[in-house]
Amino acid sequence: MSQDVVLSVKNLSVVFHTPDGDVVAVNDVSFDLRRGETLGIVGESGSGKSVTASSILRLNNSNTATTTGSIVVSGVDVLTAQDSEVRRIRGSEVAMIFQDPLSALNPYYTVGKQIAEAYLVHHPRASKADARGVTLDMLKKVGIPSPEKRIDEFPHQFSGGMRQRIVIAIALINNPKVLIADEPTTALDVTVQAQILDLMKNLQSEFNMAIVLITHDLGVIAETALDVLVMYGGRIVEKSTVEALFSEPTHPYAWGLLGAVTSLGTSDRGELVAITGSPPSLISLPAGCSFNPRCSYALEICSAQVPLLRSVGTQGSVTACHLPKDEILTFGRKAASR
Amino acid sequence: MFMFIVRRVFFALVLLLAVSFFTYMLFAMLPSDPAALTCGKNCKPDVIAANRIRLGYDKSLMEQYWLFLKGIFAGRDYGAGAAAFSCGAPSLGYSFGQHECVTTLIAQTFPVTAYLSIGAFVLWMLIGISTGAMAALHKGKWQDRAASIFTSIGVSLPTFYIGLLVLFSVVIWLGILPFPSYESPFENFSTFLRTMILPWLVLAVLSAASYTRLTRNGMLEAMNEDFVRLGVAKGLTTRIVLRRYVMRQALVPIVTIAGLDFAGLLGGAIITESVFSLPGMGKMSIRAVVESDLPVLVGTTMVAAVFIVSANVLVDIAYGYLDPRVRVK
Repeated sequence: MSQDVVLSVKNLSVVFHTPDGDVVAVNDVSFDLRRGETLGIVGESGSGKSVTASSILRLNNSNTATTTGSIVVSGVDVLTAQDSEVRRIRGSEVAMIFQDPLSALNPYYTVGKQIAEAYLVHHPRASKADARGVTLDMLKKVGIPSPEKRIDEFPHQFSGGMRQRIVIAIALINNPKVLIADEPTTALDVTVQAQILDLMKNLQSEFNMAIVLITHDLGVIAETALDVLVMYGGRIVEKSTVEALFSEPTHPYAWGLLGAVTSLGTSDRGELVAITGSPPSLISLPAGCSFNPRCSYALEICSAQVPLLRSVGTQGSVTACHLPKDEILTFGRKAASR
Repeated sequence: MFMFIVRRVFFALVLLLAVSFFTYMLFAMLPSDPAALTCGKNCKPDVIAANRIRLGYDKSLMEQYWLFLKGIFAGRDYGAGAAAFSCGAPSLGYSFGQHECVTTLIAQTFPVTAYLSIGAFVLWMLIGISTGAMAALHKGKWQDRAASIFTSIGVSLPTFYIGLLVLFSVVIWLGILPFPSYESPFENFSTFLRTMILPWLVLAVLSAASYTRLTRNGMLEAMNEDFVRLGVAKGLTTRIVLRRYVMRQALVPIVTIAGLDFAGLLGGAIITESVFSLPGMGKMSIRAVVESDLPVLVGTTMVAAVFIVSANVLVDIAYGYLDPRVRVK
């Protein structure tokens, strides 16, 4: 795998201005993504993972949100670039797929038109016939049966899984370097989920693109991702490889997440352990480490000082936790073996 | 689709038949003697009796209704001998108040109503959709607030109040425009314009209010849709996203309601026509009420019903084109 970075996010912060006060949805998030690589971002609702994703295409409403930091895609900082430059990047360099494939498709146009539209906007000299040809090829690639017939149908005539394939076709029509997948399988049936993940994996190697996979499903992460960011309260609390996350998790929140995973074929005594409490309100985050009120290992310092990311463990993981390193490793391995 | 249209048209015709029956019966049951109204105060009993026979009011109600229906398709002859006259198909009866066939009266007054409706409709759609779009695009800013004030005024103030106010201030107080006196656009176009501009504006501004609200809310709702975000994420320009994604969705309810509103207006803008003394169908209906001129009332009601029922059919058909999800195969 080549090492060139296709997406570089540095010190990204997003603040939403609401009538109740400012909400820091994303706080100082940094990561790099290399060509062909998959990065998973996990976290609960409100952890800032989706806002991070939509910032990459500058989709946040600039009237209500202030975005700082930098997001560099092939040499261009998306956050400061001209509108026209951002429009060029959208769809051609970085494409996005959404959680609910029905609401993500325009109900008033045929799927063929919607895919062709995405092609034509970045290939202004192409004819409509060209676009239709490219669209048909793409429909075949994403596994739509009898595409010649279905190209002229409307989104509501497709099943959920087929709709998500259409959304993927729209995303990949311009051969983007980066695909942002915001909960791509959450709204689908379990059997269909696996198909869509397989499809994404196959297309990823065919198109050699990087994927940012946002999910709350650790199972999805385990199957697809290489590196994982665990987000909590708008911050990255752990950054590690998938193997490290599952064998040696380094943040108490990750321990909790692993405890809440159910799997077939393991010992029957395994009880699901929920993380106590509920995700913090972003309007009034707890002082110090925002996980400390729910953390059973919390120290005094945890409610006073925000922990910085530091490298812990034997597998290169980075974590934001005040606990001593050896304790982290002991508790982490225990959580992983449970 | 073809069968759907055939079915809708068939039911529309059945509905119109029912409307004609109930309208005719309702007006015929009013406690006034049509024959006595044909010849003013110093009517002699023998004239009344003769007129009763001549206009067919001596027959039973059902028979009268049947003659009315038949007249629509075959025309109708009244009386016999030297006093005989006829109203050609489609005959909606004979106005004893104005001594004229109702169809002729409607043919004279309808163009006025149509000019008023079409002009007002075009204006109010332009005003309503543009202010609504402006409010949605500047949500929470002064443009939005201005549009919301405009909406409240438009929704809460009645036509007769605003109409008289405008008439008083523009015509009497400021003297910018002459007092309205209608002339056909083919005879004197500038007088026509000077007469119509105020009723057009009054009707348009007041009706535009609900379209402003409809457009604003429809667009804001659409802007929150995922598919609009995907449109932006495709790299489309704001203009294309607004047109193909946001407006496309907001337009569906607007077209539906606009069709019905326009048809309602074609049936006679009674208040506006009265305030601005336009000789349209609405004003004629009011006069017919005052004079108990039943045939005219039945006739104008039928015409209004035809417009509203056809608008319903057209909107149903248009809906299938506007929203593929409800398209009938």
